[in-house]
Amino acid sequence: MKALPLLSIVVPLVAGCAGIEPWVKPYERERLADPVMSFARGGLSDKHREHVRVVREGARGATGVQGGGCGCN
Amino acid sequence: MAATKWLRPIAGLAGSLLATGAANAVDLPEDRAEAMYHLFKGGGVTAQGPALLVRKSLADKVSLSASYYVDMVSNASIDVVTQASPFKERRTAYDVGVDYVVRDSAIAISASSSDEPDYTADGVSIDVSQEVFGGMTTLALGYTRAVDRVGRKDVGFFDNAKHWQYRLGVTQILSPRWLASANFEAISDDGFLGSPYRSARVFGAAVPERNPRTRTSRAVKLRAVGDLGSRDAGRVEYRYFWDTWDIRAHTVELGYSRALGQSFLADGFFRYNTQTRALFYSDNAQTETLYVSRNRQLGTFKSYGLGGKLAFIWKQVPGQYEVKLNGAYEWVRFNYSDFTDIRDGSAYSFTGHVLQLYVSATF
Amino acid sequence: MIRRLLVATLLVASAALAAVPSGPAPDFTLRTLDGQNLRLGEQRGQVVLVNFWATWCGPCRQEMPHLNRLYEKYRASGFNLLAVNVDDDRNNAAGASSKMGLKFPVLFDAEKNVSRLYDLKTMPSTVLIDRDGKVRHVHRGYREGFEEMYEKQIRELLKE
Repeated sequence: MKALPLLSIVVPLVAGCAGIEPWVKPYERERLADPVMSFARGGLSDKHREHVRVVREGARGATGVQGGGCGCN
Repeated sequence: MAATKWLRPIAGLAGSLLATGAANAVDLPEDRAEAMYHLFKGGGVTAQGPALLVRKSLADKVSLSASYYVDMVSNASIDVVTQASPFKERRTAYDVGVDYVVRDSAIAISASSSDEPDYTADGVSIDVSQEVFGGMTTLALGYTRAVDRVGRKDVGFFDNAKHWQYRLGVTQILSPRWLASANFEAISDDGFLGSPYRSARVFGAAVPERNPRTRTSRAVKLRAVGDLGSRDAGRVEYRYFWDTWDIRAHTVELGYSRALGQSFLADGFFRYNTQTRALFYSDNAQTETLYVSRNRQLGTFKSYGLGGKLAFIWKQVPGQYEVKLNGAYEWVRFNYSDFTDIRDGSAYSFTGHVLQLYVSATF
Repeated sequence: MIRRLLVATLLVASAALAAVPSGPAPDFTLRTLDGQNLRLGEQRGQVVLVNFWATWCGPCRQEMPHLNRLYEKYRASGFNLLAVNVDDDRNNAAGASSKMGLKFPVLFDAEKNVSRLYDLKTMPSTVLIDRDGKVRHVHRGYREGFEEMYEKQIRELLKE
């Protein structure tokens, strides 16, 4: 009877040994693969738009577009 | 028919990929080529030029990229017009990069170099991304180190500025239809951080501006994009920015994308950015301070952007290549609260237009 | 008591690891492109490669010409290839199949039941099943060069 509490801990631990299971399976990613769903689709286009903003605004960064160059003055 | 025949062995050789990587473990970026004409016109400034980008993968292991960008600037902005005379300038920028994938990690190393007669900027970056948790979560780390040389036309190069950028990002699949991401970026600058041409105004008189020689800024951006049903998606983004110059900015962007029929992809967005001024910024300083600047980029203002993009899929062979013709336009408006147009004393504002026309091919 | 605990733990553990090499391949029946029903269990006696794919998955499409080639080459030797498609819309899959000129049976798993049954961890996933219906190899994803591994394993399984 001492084994009972042990059972209730060990069995779920083994069953859930991967922790929380990924809840979106690879075969459920059809909608996510659609180009309309991507954050940034065009290389040059996004870089240019980001450059136009960075040159005129004080805020910069965290956009996911890798900047470079200046055009500062 | 003939076209696809020669593409097939190339595609096979290079292991090119057409779909976005969300389906599998990390993939190399897809091969692409782009040619663009870009234009910004607003506030007396016209900047236009071509840009080119090429990316090619080798043996499905490494992806190489190179881009070339030219800005031909014709500057008759309010600063220039009220203090000096309009000028023309050309800036050229080159970028090269190498991407490679090792199991669930993608590593990208790139270098960039930008040149104009009185300013050069060179940098190297490394970005690493790793898929975890069954591919549902992607962690990304990035580092950039850049050095600028600052010059003045009559004097030549006289100083420099160094930059360090640290990036951290998490992208998380929330459901089969929703994706979210959080990005953080810290940027530190050291050196000459202003413009040798710009003046500040103290007691009504023009004096050369005095900027601190260091600056550290941080930005956090949260975004979510969701599939709304019939081949359309909506996205929302928010960024908060703060730095050691006391600038605070909030940026919000709402976007909508839609596939129209089999041949068109349309995007629309609205962007709102509001900023409060740097500590030492003043339109007309009434006290003598160590640092003073009248650079309206550091002032208090609200900027708005409303734009759209239309892509036409001109040629497509599924699994092999796709050529798109794209046009993007953005209407931009800046309303400054503490920068006056000294010609008439009113708060300055301007409207601008951004235009991009480009051909993009993925193969 | 201890034995019960052990058995319970093992059962749960094995249930959590479906379709690992050397377990029996879970049986399924799916409709094919031709409108017929095809059952995995009826393939016993042949070596079967089950490939899970989708039109929206680049590496899946990349892999197809190689699978076509393998199917044609080893079909007469007792090899069968079942391509299970997981698109939400069967028409997309049908269109892609004919465009790519797929010669092997294409089965539709739009409800994702078989995908769940096989607990797929990647797209694409390729499962090699021997003549006794046991899962012998599982390939996750596709990278250039995998088709050589498939060929080697098919030949080994055909020899048995």
